Amino acid sequence: MTTEETGTAPTARAVGMLGWLRNQLRNIAPFLTLLFLVVFFALASSSFATLDNLSNILTQISVTAIMAVGLTFVILCAEIDLSVASVANATGIIVAFFTLQDASVNIANLPLPGAAAIGLALLSCFVIGWVTAFGITWIGIPSFIMTLAMLEIGAGISAMLVRGQIAYAVPSLVNTLGSGSLGRVPWIIIVAAATLAIGHVVLTYTRFGRYVYMVGGNREAAEYSGVNVRAIIAAVMVISAVCSGIAGMLGVAHFGSAQQDEFDNYLLDSISAVVVGGTSLFGGQGGIPNTIVGLFVLGVLNNGLDHINIDSFLKILIRGLILLAALIINVYAQRLRAARPLA
Amino acid sequence: MTSSSAVLELANISKVFGGVEALRDVDFALAAGEIHGLIGENGAGKSTLMKIIAGVHAEYEGTMRLGGAVVRFRSARDARDAGIGMVHQELSVVPDLTVAENVFLGAQPTGRLGLVDWRRMRREADDHLRGLGIAVNPGASMGSLPLGLQQLVELSRVLFSGARTIILDEPTSALSPPEVERLFGVLERLRQAGRSIIFISHFLDDVLRIADLVTVLRNGRRVATAAAAEIDKRWVIERMIGSTHDQLEESYTGEIRLESRPDAPLVLDAKGLASGRAYRDVDLQVRAGEILGVYGFMGCGQLELARTLFGKLAADRGTIRIGGRPAHLRSTAAARRAGIAFVPESRRSMLFAHEPIYKNMSISILSRLSRLMLKPTLERRIARERVAGLHIRPPSVESPLGTLSGGNQQKVGLAKWLTFPPKVLVLSEPTRGMDVGAKSDVVRIVRGLRDQGIGILVVSTEPETVLALADRILVMKKGAITHEFASEAVSKDRLLAVA
Repeated sequence: MTTEETGTAPTARAVGMLGWLRNQLRNIAPFLTLLFLVVFFALASSSFATLDNLSNILTQISVTAIMAVGLTFVILCAEIDLSVASVANATGIIVAFFTLQDASVNIANLPLPGAAAIGLALLSCFVIGWVTAFGITWIGIPSFIMTLAMLEIGAGISAMLVRGQIAYAVPSLVNTLGSGSLGRVPWIIIVAAATLAIGHVVLTYTRFGRYVYMVGGNREAAEYSGVNVRAIIAAVMVISAVCSGIAGMLGVAHFGSAQQDEFDNYLLDSISAVVVGGTSLFGGQGGIPNTIVGLFVLGVLNNGLDHINIDSFLKILIRGLILLAALIINVYAQRLRAARPLA
Repeated sequence: MTSSSAVLELANISKVFGGVEALRDVDFALAAGEIHGLIGENGAGKSTLMKIIAGVHAEYEGTMRLGGAVVRFRSARDARDAGIGMVHQELSVVPDLTVAENVFLGAQPTGRLGLVDWRRMRREADDHLRGLGIAVNPGASMGSLPLGLQQLVELSRVLFSGARTIILDEPTSALSPPEVERLFGVLERLRQAGRSIIFISHFLDDVLRIADLVTVLRNGRRVATAAAAEIDKRWVIERMIGSTHDQLEESYTGEIRLESRPDAPLVLDAKGLASGRAYRDVDLQVRAGEILGVYGFMGCGQLELARTLFGKLAADRGTIRIGGRPAHLRSTAAARRAGIAFVPESRRSMLFAHEPIYKNMSISILSRLSRLMLKPTLERRIARERVAGLHIRPPSVESPLGTLSGGNQQKVGLAKWLTFPPKVLVLSEPTRGMDVGAKSDVVRIVRGLRDQGIGILVVSTEPETVLALADRILVMKKGAITHEFASEAVSKDRLLAVA
């Protein structure tokens, strides 16, 4: 037996190194992309690599970050949530709807105390999440289609409440967290960092987090291990909706207004952040650290392109190309893993 | 098997995969009108040899002659064009198409304008199937046919596309005895028509019955070739295994004395279970410390019954009591909480290939280990105990499961239920596709669990599996329990006689 162990150890290690590199492709590639972008913009523009600009970038990615936390749970389960931006918009509008607006705002709203407005807004996104979860797990609608319907429903709720108008006032707590600062640090960065941290702890150190990875890794095997797969998928859909709701409330305060369609860019941004970061579209691999790298890649790209002289229309194309490259790496990394010899 | 009469002749074939020798100096010859059985344990090199013949592996040492001329196939298409066809164990039929369309798959006859000539296709398919003695309506949809007929249609497609040499991989593994008879009838006709057939199988009785010659491979080498009429099962097993490791196989063929335990408490008591077309009127009792075997051919309902007992497939009617208490198995999670454990027949649906061993083992007991936060140190410690206790290789709990051999993966699938022993353990095809050594490991582990007082239910389509494990045997036929063997002697013959 000792000969067997000493005999197999070196080859096992060699295979292990190669396997490690293959496994890490999805983690290394986004990081190298980020490094490349930072170096590139730092050399191309003198205003890019400054402390002020770092604060800008962090502020710019905060709302996306909160949504992306929920989406990370969903994508780790090999599901998708296309309703995140719409739910964010609806929740932001709901919190404004229950807040006293200026007389000039022509909305038939129901002013309530701030805590009640926040409570009702959170309850709304929670309920929306449950409806999504119910459709996917109990009725069996694929998440892609179910959340497409919820996207439309969220847009409908937003439209009904503001009727083409713009609301400005939100409860003071939301206002502080969305647009206030603690010392020199904007509160929204702190909230985003806290959400990412909580997401990471839940995914890495809790039983629920393990179930999320296992359900994404092999749903059938999870079920045959006695894991309540439907409950896990329902839970991640609710988590995603609540994260979106929080992002929506803070976003409304951050932008200074609540109106229809103001989160439209955030759907693509949040999905991109998760996927560019290297979380597998097939579930089971990745996590919050990946999402953080993905958020920075997108944030640095969006911000950096403003610092160099570039056609603003070309920016959109560049973002599309970066996303395509990330998707190719994502699928390729998956294939490398799948092709690994099972000795 | 003089080389002059050989249509296919392989000489000194060697093949190395990443430093591991899969084949070493293998000679193999196949004559016209010959059925040649190929036998060996898992990993003996059967598949590698067949993949070389079928053009899947283009890189190898040695020479292959087809009709006297040296050939070297670069692809599966090369081999097909040269008249070599293969019927895999997993059929590649298209269930939504008709029989005729399946026979003509990829080569439909076309009339003018390039449109498919349906009438001609049906007529020719009918002639072709009749010629082989296969009675099937060419207009029937493939999916509506029993598996045995689907296999014959696939065989006829391979023949129709011009194959003169046919490789059959485990053709009888999913067939009932009458279906095996029908297949052998067709093979007999092919033999008389001068076609050559390589017949790969674990079912030694089948090989010895149909084959003219038998070649045994062991560890990548050819250890023997002999006329089937002059050898017996024991001779084959001795050469296959290479030592006197055959007590287990022996126990399959001889009589087995069942020792039932009528006084132990009931742990599983199911009454009047029925589920759709899968099974009906199933009454089933498992006592503590007893292994109940449920045997039946593929499609007789026992695999579905096992899924119902783990809350995966809902029963339309009936009651289940676990340890005396009524159980409502609405989900697999509910079944686990009720004290039932399940190991499915396919490793893919039981294990997480890219996760380390310890996570694979802890997944089913996480709720017992922790409420909120994980305890990875405890998980690893438990996994190390299991790995040592079951002799799992490699003995590292961090290795991704996919890097283990099949037998070791199967052990992990069992191990994950052992830390908090269930009341009832349901095993579906626990030794399928295993070599003799791994099988005897599983038998030892399962008997150990029985002796701890767990009630064990083994469902299988292989008589050997049930005979090797069970204390009591139920036979299922077309969805209903038709026979019980208890406190009596039983053999494979008697089991097959009532199935």
